[in-house]
Amino acid sequence: MSEAVLPDAVVSPAVGGLYGEKAGGPVLDFSYVGIDAILEQMRRKAMKQGFELNIMVVGQSGLGKSTLMNTLFKSKVSRKSVLATAQEKIPKTVEIKSISHDIEEKGVRMKLTVIDTPGFGDQINNENCWQPIMKFINDQYEAYLQEEININRKKRIPDSRVHCCIYFIPPTGHCLRPLDVEFMRRLSKVVNIVPVIAKADTLTLEERDFFKKKIREELRANGIDVYPQKEFDEDAEDRMINEKIREMIPFAVVGSDQEYQVNGRRLLGRKTKWGTIEVENIAHCEFAYLRDLLIRTHMQNIKDITSSIHYEMYRVRRLNENNTMVAHANGIPEHHLAAHEM
Amino acid sequence: MNRVIHAPHSVQIAINTLFNKEFTTSNKGNFGILPLACSEIDVFNEEKRNLSLGGHVGFDSLPEQLVSKSVTQGFCFNILCVGETGIGKSTLMNTLFNTMFENEEASHYQNGVYLRPRTYDLQESSVRLKLTIVDTVGFGDQINKEDSYKPIVDYIDTQFENYLQEELKIKRSLFNYHDTRIHICLYFIAPTGHSLKSLDLVTMKKLDSKVNIIPIIAKADTISKSELHKFKIKIMSELVSNGVQIYQFPTDDETVSEINASMNAHLPFAVVGSLEEVKVGNKAVRARQYPWGVVQVENESHCDFVKLREMLIRVNMEDLREQTHARHYELYRRCKLEEMGFKDTDPDSEPFSLQETYEAKRKEFLGDLQRKEEEMRQMFVNKVKETEAELKEKERELHEKFEQLKRMHQEEKRKVEEKRRDLEEEMNAFNRKKVAAETLSLSQPVKKDKDKKK
Repeated sequence: MSEAVLPDAVVSPAVGGLYGEKAGGPVLDFSYVGIDAILEQMRRKAMKQGFELNIMVVGQSGLGKSTLMNTLFKSKVSRKSVLATAQEKIPKTVEIKSISHDIEEKGVRMKLTVIDTPGFGDQINNENCWQPIMKFINDQYEAYLQEEININRKKRIPDSRVHCCIYFIPPTGHCLRPLDVEFMRRLSKVVNIVPVIAKADTLTLEERDFFKKKIREELRANGIDVYPQKEFDEDAEDRMINEKIREMIPFAVVGSDQEYQVNGRRLLGRKTKWGTIEVENIAHCEFAYLRDLLIRTHMQNIKDITSSIHYEMYRVRRLNENNTMVAHANGIPEHHLAAHEM
Repeated sequence: MNRVIHAPHSVQIAINTLFNKEFTTSNKGNFGILPLACSEIDVFNEEKRNLSLGGHVGFDSLPEQLVSKSVTQGFCFNILCVGETGIGKSTLMNTLFNTMFENEEASHYQNGVYLRPRTYDLQESSVRLKLTIVDTVGFGDQINKEDSYKPIVDYIDTQFENYLQEELKIKRSLFNYHDTRIHICLYFIAPTGHSLKSLDLVTMKKLDSKVNIIPIIAKADTISKSELHKFKIKIMSELVSNGVQIYQFPTDDETVSEINASMNAHLPFAVVGSLEEVKVGNKAVRARQYPWGVVQVENESHCDFVKLREMLIRVNMEDLREQTHARHYELYRRCKLEEMGFKDTDPDSEPFSLQETYEAKRKEFLGDLQRKEEEMRQMFVNKVKETEAELKEKERELHEKFEQLKRMHQEEKRKVEEKRRDLEEEMNAFNRKKVAAETLSLSQPVKKDKDKKK
C-alpha cells in the first residue's frame, strides 16, 4: 500500500504582487486575485442568516430595567410593555421570564431576547436569590451542548445562551451592597456582566464620580471581573480601547421612552420641574456610552466571549464531571481516565 | 429536540396571560419556558413578534463587527487538485493566485498516488489567507489504476477526522484550529474531445459525497470551439447519467443568483494556465504564444479562466467553505459516530449517552486488551513449559550417559580389582612359596655347609 501523504512543505511567504495594501486607483488587472472579495461574501451571508442576541436584566424592582431596555432598542421590547394586563405583584421567588422580538435595521435582522428576573433582591431574606439565575444560564449552556453533541444536528444550532447580563446597582451613592457583591462575584464567572448605576439622575456629578470609584475599588478588591474582562484582551489595540471603557464602568444611566421638545429638537428624556434630563446627552448621563458599547462596537465581541470562553468552560466542567461520575459508577479509578481526549 | 426547563406553577399563569390564551399543555402538565428556540416561540404565537424601531439603534454595524473579527483571525482555504501528471495543475494554481508557488515537476514513475499538501500565506489588502494546495502526484500514471482514488479519499477523510477529534476534545480550541478540510476539489479532465475516461468517472463518483467538485477541462487550447461545445455537453450528460454530484453555484441569494445560474451552464470550465507575459497590442497580458497565434488567459472568448476565478474566489469562496462544513463534514461526522456505536439520546435516557457509550466501549476495549494480555501470557507460559521439557529431556539424557559411564567405570574398576586380587594372590602364593622355599633352604644350608666343609 503506498503512503498517502508526503511531508508538508515549509510554509513560504507569498512571492509576487500580492503583498501590502492595494495601491489607490485602478490596479493592473492581472495582479488582483480577488481574495478580499471574501469579506463581501461573509457580509452577505451574515445579513442573510441574521443575528441572535440574548440580554438578561437583573436588579431590584423599580430600578428602571424595563425602561432602559426600551430605550436601548428604541421600541417596546420589555415584557411589561407587551403584557398589557400584567399583575404588578412582587413574586415570592426569583422568576425568569423572557420575551423575544425580531427587529430589523437597514437590512440586518436580529432576534433579540430580553430575559427579565422579577423578584431578584426583593424579598426580606435574599439568600440564594442568584441560584435560579445561575441555573437558567447553565440550562442554556446545557441545551446548546446537547444540540452540539447530537449526531443529527441542526445546521444552525439555536443560540439561547445569555450573552450579556446587565446588573442594576441602586444609586445609593455610597458603595456596593453585600447582595451586589455576592451576585456579581458568582455570576461574573459564567456570564458577561455589565454593571450600570440605575436612575442616575438622583446623583450629582461629584457624587457619581465618587460612587463609581468606590464601586470599581470594591470590584477589584473582591476579584470580580466584569465585562470587558482584562484577561480576554487580545492585543495592545484591544487593551487600549478596553482600558478606556474599564475606567468608565459602571455606566450611570437614565432611561426613558418619552420624547420631549428640547431646543427645537425632539429628544428622549425625563421632564422634571427643574429641567429636562436628556438621555442621549453624554453631559447628562452615560446612556450613550452603554449603548455604543453594547450595540455598536462590542456586540460581536460579547457574543464571542460567551461562546468561546464561558460556554467552553461550562463544557469542560460538564464533560469532566461526567467522566468522574461514570468512572465511579464503573469502579474505574479516576487516574486511569484520559484527562483530555475523548 | 429541546430540553424543557421546569418552572414553578406561577410562571404557567404568567405564560397564559402573556399570550392571552389558555394554554393546554401536552406534556405531563409541566410546562416550562423553553430556551427560546425560535421555532418553539412560533408554535404558541403565530404572528412573529416583529417590532419596528423608533429610531436608529445601531446594530446594523453587526455585520461589520463580524467581518472585522474574521479579518483579524484570517481565513483558511484548501484546494485539492486531482488530475494526471502534466495536465497543468500547478500552472493553473500559479495563474489563479498570480504567484509562483514553488514546485518541482513530478515524475511519471511513481508507483502509487501520493498527496502533497503545501500551505502558503497570502495577503491582499487587509485580508490574510492561509491557502493549502494539495496535489495528487502520480495520478493516472500507473498501469493498474484500480486503487488510484483510495489515497485521495483517505486524505479527505483524515482531514475530517482531525477536525472531528479536535471538536470532541474536552479542552478544545476550535477558534485557533488550522482548518485543513478540503473546501474544493478541482478535477482536471484531459482534453481528448471525446468523453470522460472511466478513471475520471470512478474517481469523481467516489469523491462527490465528500467534497465539492468542480470539473475543469485542462489545456483547453488544444480543442477547437465547436469540439469544445460538444465535449462539454458530453461530459455533463455523462456525469448526470452516472449520478455524480458536482458543486452547483448557489442561486438562493438574489445578489449573486443570476451570475451563478449563468455560470452553472458553462460547466465544466475550459481553462488555460500561464504565467508568461506576451505583448498584445500595447498591453502585456498573460498568454501562451504559438506560431499561429496567442492564447490569452484572461480573454473570455479564448478560455473560461476568468469565469473559474470569478466563481471560485470572488463570488463563492465563503459558500464553498460553508458547504464543506455544513454538508460534507456533518455527513462524515454522522457516519463516523454511528459507526463508533453512538446513538442520539431518546427523550427518556440520561444526558450524555455519548459519554456512557464511550465508557462502555472503553470497558470493552480494556476487556479486549486484558484478554489479549492473557493470551500472550498463556503463550509465554506454554513456550516456557516446552523449553523446560526439552531441557529436562536433555538433562535426563546426560544423566543416563553419566550413569552409563559410571557403570563402565565401576566395571573396569572391578575388573582391575579382580586382577589386582589375582595378582596379590599370586604374589602371596609366590611369597609363601618363597618363604617355604627359604625355610626349606635354611634347613638345607647345613647340608650345604657340610658340603662346603668337605
